[in-house]
Amino acid sequence: MTRPAEPLSARLARRVNTVIAILTLVFLAAPVLAIVPLSFSAGSFLTYPLPGLSLRWYSDFLSSPLWTRALGTSLLLGAGTTLAATTLGTLAALGLANSRLRLRGVLMALIVSPMIVPVVVLAVGMTFVFSAAGLTNSLLGLLLAHTTLAVPFVVITVTATLSGFDPGLLRAAASLGAPPLAAFRRVVLPLIAPGLLSGAVFAFATSFDEVVLALFLSGPAQMTLPKQMFLSLRETISPTLLAAAVLMTLVSTSLLLAIELLRRRSARLRGGER
Amino acid sequence: MRYLGLFAAAFTALALAPGARAEELTVVSWGGAYQKAQTEIYFEPFVKATGVKLVQDSWDGGIGILRSKVEAGSPAWDVVQVESEELQVGCEEGVFEKLDWARIGGKDAYLPSAVSPCGVGAILYNFVLAYDADKINDGPKTWADFFNTAKWPGKRALRKGPKTNLEIALMADGVPASQVYKTLATPAGVDRAFAALDRIKPQLVWWEAGAQPPQLLASGEVAMASAYNGRIAAANKANQRHFQMVWTGSLYTLDSWVILKGSKNTDAAYKFLAFAGEAQNQAKLPPLIPYGVTSKQAGSLIPAALLQELPTSPQHLDESLHIDDAFWTENIDRLNQRFNAWVGK
Amino acid sequence: MAADATTALRRRLMRAERRARWRAFALVAPLLGFLAFTFAVPLASMLWRAVADPELGAALPRTAALLRAWNGAGMPSDTVFAAATEELARAAQDKAAGLLAKRLNYEEPGYRTLILKTANRLSPPFAQGPRAAMEAIDPRWGERAIWLAMRRAAAPVTGFYLLAALDLQQGEQGVVAVPAERAIFRIVLGRTLGIAAATTAACLALGFPVALLLARAPPRRAGLLMLLVLLPFWTPLLVRIAAWIVLLQEHGVINDTLTGLGLTGQPLPLLYSRSAVLIAMTHVLLPYMILPLYSVMRSIPPVYLRAAASLGAPPFAAFRRVFLPQCLPGIAAGSLLVFILAIGYYITPALVGGAADQMISSQIAFYTIGTANWGMAAALSAVLLAATLILYAAYARLAGIGVLRLG
Repeated sequence: MTRPAEPLSARLARRVNTVIAILTLVFLAAPVLAIVPLSFSAGSFLTYPLPGLSLRWYSDFLSSPLWTRALGTSLLLGAGTTLAATTLGTLAALGLANSRLRLRGVLMALIVSPMIVPVVVLAVGMTFVFSAAGLTNSLLGLLLAHTTLAVPFVVITVTATLSGFDPGLLRAAASLGAPPLAAFRRVVLPLIAPGLLSGAVFAFATSFDEVVLALFLSGPAQMTLPKQMFLSLRETISPTLLAAAVLMTLVSTSLLLAIELLRRRSARLRGGER
Repeated sequence: MRYLGLFAAAFTALALAPGARAEELTVVSWGGAYQKAQTEIYFEPFVKATGVKLVQDSWDGGIGILRSKVEAGSPAWDVVQVESEELQVGCEEGVFEKLDWARIGGKDAYLPSAVSPCGVGAILYNFVLAYDADKINDGPKTWADFFNTAKWPGKRALRKGPKTNLEIALMADGVPASQVYKTLATPAGVDRAFAALDRIKPQLVWWEAGAQPPQLLASGEVAMASAYNGRIAAANKANQRHFQMVWTGSLYTLDSWVILKGSKNTDAAYKFLAFAGEAQNQAKLPPLIPYGVTSKQAGSLIPAALLQELPTSPQHLDESLHIDDAFWTENIDRLNQRFNAWVGK
Repeated sequence: MAADATTALRRRLMRAERRARWRAFALVAPLLGFLAFTFAVPLASMLWRAVADPELGAALPRTAALLRAWNGAGMPSDTVFAAATEELARAAQDKAAGLLAKRLNYEEPGYRTLILKTANRLSPPFAQGPRAAMEAIDPRWGERAIWLAMRRAAAPVTGFYLLAALDLQQGEQGVVAVPAERAIFRIVLGRTLGIAAATTAACLALGFPVALLLARAPPRRAGLLMLLVLLPFWTPLLVRIAAWIVLLQEHGVINDTLTGLGLTGQPLPLLYSRSAVLIAMTHVLLPYMILPLYSVMRSIPPVYLRAAASLGAPPFAAFRRVFLPQCLPGIAAGSLLVFILAIGYYITPALVGGAADQMISSQIAFYTIGTANWGMAAALSAVLLAATLILYAAYARLAGIGVLRLG
């Protein structure tokens, strides 16, 4: 089928649209790409042209206890958040998938509401309750706070993989004599694995990028990488900070790639077109 | 799956560990070059001498922050270096512990101005007018010049908050230094100060951390700044800058160490305050950053040439205006509120 | 017989049903319990703090009860003075006096020192009577104003903070505006809405062409371009802000390029300005506009446009009459989403904006961690939460829940 030739005005409009769209994409991607070379600069001024290339800011980052401790705290906290959010979220998603559960809509709305409430508002409430419970200035308190933000992602991604799930499969497994736990591991887990893993990735990314709750709830002994970056950015921007930024970006873009691969894999598994 | 349980156990152990450790003293100071110097002569030698684990933090001042730390339950901070009106207000409100002077060498070991019920003086310093002599040849001489953006174009950096700025604004507006607090005591005087600040508001950049003014001057972001005298001198030394300080009309004051109420590490805190109060330890500070120190005996341990550079030298004391603690203790909340509303508009 | 068997079967089925329901609930319960502690209780406690007024009752319980009974006319009776002197002198020893002093200082700056001074100096017995003793310490105790302020603070709940969040206060004749030199919140609220609206408009203007390009591109290329959208989406917020600071600062990449090309003599003051806030926020929020727009556009079959064209409609008319109306749900959902997220922004304006570019969240942060005025922080939070929930209700009707933040 051949399309009728487009009139000139339509082609022009399309061109203009394409130009604006491409400029916008450049606007989106360029700032972050612009700082990558600067972090490899041999000089200390954050501008082009570069006086030369070196890894001195990366070695500065790695030899500074301030930054490495913050990195360690963030990784630990991210891992803890991932574990807690994935466990709680997956269980809840399995329960919510059961059509016999009453008030499913209300429960779902409740569970995803931490995504909607502005994080500053949540931080205020948590400050009141956590300080009364002795949970401020502790890694545990921060873990609870980050898990609250991360858990909706897990529930949503796991629920999405469960939407096509046939509960008949579980009954079949049971009738074949499989104990419930084995049925779960052999039948349910492989099916929800992509959703569970992308939920876990989202949970980690949420914690790894979180700064408001860290500012409100944590003390100097729980310095996270984003909090350290926020505090240094308020004073000055240093090449060392850019090295930290590039490393952080590396972590999160690998997470993006992981998600993308998982999405493709689960799409293939379900035979969908995308 | 089996590893998950193991991991959970490990995380819990790690997460709860800091609460279990008892002797971990958190000391809070003003960051930047000053805290670097303190680390070198107080914090690190103290850790070596006593084995107490010391965590550092830095802050930018504000009695409200201390109130919220104390009211939120067990504070994450133990020892904090505070400004004089914070010392007075916090002491009255029970935000700080009352000091047991016998444990830090007795009141007689310190300059009289450094002794108060809740705090022991740490440094004497000035807020000065600073500019970069590499960029401005015919430099400003007074605060009136600071406000003269026609003759000296470019932005100005001032510390965010009413203290120092209202004094500076009145001096720039022609009020003699000796009349500044008399004028500020009247509502019309406060209005006059805000009106003067209003005139250069579009040119103003607000700094909060003491490390910012030298950086703002170095990057060319501002042409002039109010700044701590020590930071400017330290930047000149460390980065071969040619920043100039104007001592005329500079504001002289004192910072003190306090222990926050509810601190679980008061023993370690007293050990630290005693260490930071010893004359031979204090005498090491001025060579690194030119602030006056508070131990009576420290003066004799500091080279005479260096003493001339300090805010406590007779010549500098003569040119500067002593910040009126009584005025700010009485008015800080009201003027903070007004300043915050003004600056956010 | 047959009927019995059916009933038994039905009963068994119902029991199984109930068990399954409980099992499902048991799976959801741990998360619900967790969120109750970390989410529901904090929000409830925030809302309670916005109206709670405990300080006077805690420090001077008897005085508070007497003041509640006082009608506010003339001066309070000597019984009130007697209770106040006795309780104030006792309160001087504990933390409650400090909290009370702070609370009354919100009513009128200066009352903090009045309370603390009085509490510290009062020492019974009072030869001239309690009223004379208080007036001897400060003549303000002989005036009605302080007693009216204490009467307002005596009730366990107060509208004080919520009124103050809108720059209002309780005067003697009813609710009035606070003095102009103290008014700030209405300005900040207006600014918050203005910045959010401008950001939303910018996101729509830039996001629409991108979504259109993606929707019309062949799948493989669309996937590649989508990565360009997702890459900044996944870049940590602070990294993106750091990037903008590097680009916008006085001797940053943009200014150096402009002066290097001779386009400007002096570097432009780009950073710490309203435009820096708008640029950075648009950058951060743009993907939230593109993703819903894209998913709606992709679902519009191109056949429609072609059909319109083949029926003789000029391309612009076909676009406006056929394509655009079908995009409207996406436009509305994306705009609401961006707007909801924007009104809660704190970190971005704090780092790239000036003092006059800060939004409501920055005030909330200041009242929570910058100063311990938790009532004010809670009241401002309640205002922000209310605005968010109203907008979210609109969003949920358009897009359904669960789409948020995942695109």
